[in-house]
Amino acid sequence: MSASTNLVALGTIVRREIARIMRIWTQTLIPPAITMTLYFVIFGKLIGSRIGEMHGFTYMQYIVPGLVMMSIITNSYGNISSSFFGAKFGRFVEEMLVSPMPNWVILLGYVTGAVTRGVIVGALVLVIALFFTDLHVAHPVTTFLSVVLGATVFSLAGFVNAVFAKKFDDIALVPTFVLTPLTYLGGVFYSVDLLGEPWRSISLVNPILYMVNAFRFGVLGVSDVPIVTAFVVMIVFVVGLSAVALRLLSRGVGLRS
Amino acid sequence: MTTPALHVNDLRKTYGNGVEALKGISLTVQPGDFFALLGPNGAGKSTLIGILSSLVNATSGDAEVFGVSIHRNRSEAMRLIGLVPQEINFNQFEKPFDICVNQAGFYGIGRAEAAVRAEKYLKELRLWDKAHHQARMLSGGMKRRLMIARAMMNEPKLLILDEPTAGVDIEIRRSMWQFVSGINAAGTTVILTTHYLEEAEQLCRNIAIIDQGRIVQNTSMKSLLATLDVETFVLDVAALPPAMPNLPGVTLRTLDDHTIEAEMSRSHDLNSLFAALSAHGVTVTSMRNKANRLEELFVRLVEHGRENAA
Repeated sequence: MSASTNLVALGTIVRREIARIMRIWTQTLIPPAITMTLYFVIFGKLIGSRIGEMHGFTYMQYIVPGLVMMSIITNSYGNISSSFFGAKFGRFVEEMLVSPMPNWVILLGYVTGAVTRGVIVGALVLVIALFFTDLHVAHPVTTFLSVVLGATVFSLAGFVNAVFAKKFDDIALVPTFVLTPLTYLGGVFYSVDLLGEPWRSISLVNPILYMVNAFRFGVLGVSDVPIVTAFVVMIVFVVGLSAVALRLLSRGVGLRS
Repeated sequence: MTTPALHVNDLRKTYGNGVEALKGISLTVQPGDFFALLGPNGAGKSTLIGILSSLVNATSGDAEVFGVSIHRNRSEAMRLIGLVPQEINFNQFEKPFDICVNQAGFYGIGRAEAAVRAEKYLKELRLWDKAHHQARMLSGGMKRRLMIARAMMNEPKLLILDEPTAGVDIEIRRSMWQFVSGINAAGTTVILTTHYLEEAEQLCRNIAIIDQGRIVQNTSMKSLLATLDVETFVLDVAALPPAMPNLPGVTLRTLDDHTIEAEMSRSHDLNSLFAALSAHGVTVTSMRNKANRLEELFVRLVEHGRENAA
């Protein structure tokens, strides 16, 4: 297919994904907003007021970037895994598989849809956070890039999960047993500098730590890890997971008999 | 020499569980043909269609659609094919109009042109009044017609229909065939699989019968039907005779008090049958062919193939 026809195909998938997010907005947009509001009230206001400052910021200000990134990650992952597995389960993924569209367009379309949901939810959570505290974005470009890269990493991971999944339970396993623990232990609620060894070193192998800190650096200007390292980690994951996802699509794993 | 619409060369498929679904299928479909691909359940028809539409990976062999290899140039080959699958495979929460427009988008057709085509085909398949309702609200027949409309969005040169009329009532089935015959007359090559053999007999010009992963017959419908040497008629009679007439070349069987079955050579004339029955005081009130001719041949070919394989 030519570049222009690929662009039309890509736009079709992205439009369909966004239409899906909006069609089921009570499942895709409202729950994360309510959950994060509760986090702000309980951890930020009620408990946070007793914790004091962290890296020179109030506890509420400190956890806002972490919670926004957590929303972006979980929603990007959840969007692509449920949408692509749903297409497999309902067999309408075949609409794309029988078309002349190359595999990379299918992958990019779904990832763009998932990143879009991550960004929408992240923006919603950020707006809610402004009702609880004042925030000034320290490094807008870093903030933007960390959002896009963080969402892309977990969109790709969600896609791989959906390709292998055989039933709906399979797409719930990873978020429950891998994503949530890694997120909670990824410096969302605390600075890893507070941890003693070996827990601090163990925390450094958690990729979510780098995403949370890249975003926190963008918003607050502080980070537990070198910002260059954070971006290198995210780029390595994007490249590695893209290669895996494209390989799976090309071999037809879970899609073609 | 005209490039065939489809040329399948020694196509084989062995699934991961060891099932050999295709054991070297070769066939050719000419442009403009209305081609029947028949076979019992599990014969390998859907595997063959799956390979042609790139939903199934072939183990070996190749197929060319209008000279374009589905393996070496998948993208270009897929552009030429429209597929109506056996199972419903659209998002039931989307609207028929959106399903069609999106399908066109996957083929790189812009939204303006896609909208025009969606309206055209949804109207031709009598679905326009449902175009903006959720697809899950459609009846079974409407869903099947929607899949035909969707398959037409890229205006394919080769349309493959995998049992499109399964479970569809006679009126809708006729309207579907009217539509498909129309696009065939306009130049689209059509490959049809169906279990309604009278449909295949009426619509198709050429035929391949596949069984246990092999082609057991590949010829024109006319030639195939000409090989049928025996026909069976069912005669409704006013009353049975005390004894059945003995007529050379005709086997008469009693089905019930008012029905006789007559199996006879196609070369045998019907006049002598009626004369013999009349002589025995039998009044024939009506008569019909027992079974569809193609159905008889189909059963024979499949059974014969299995006996040879055994």
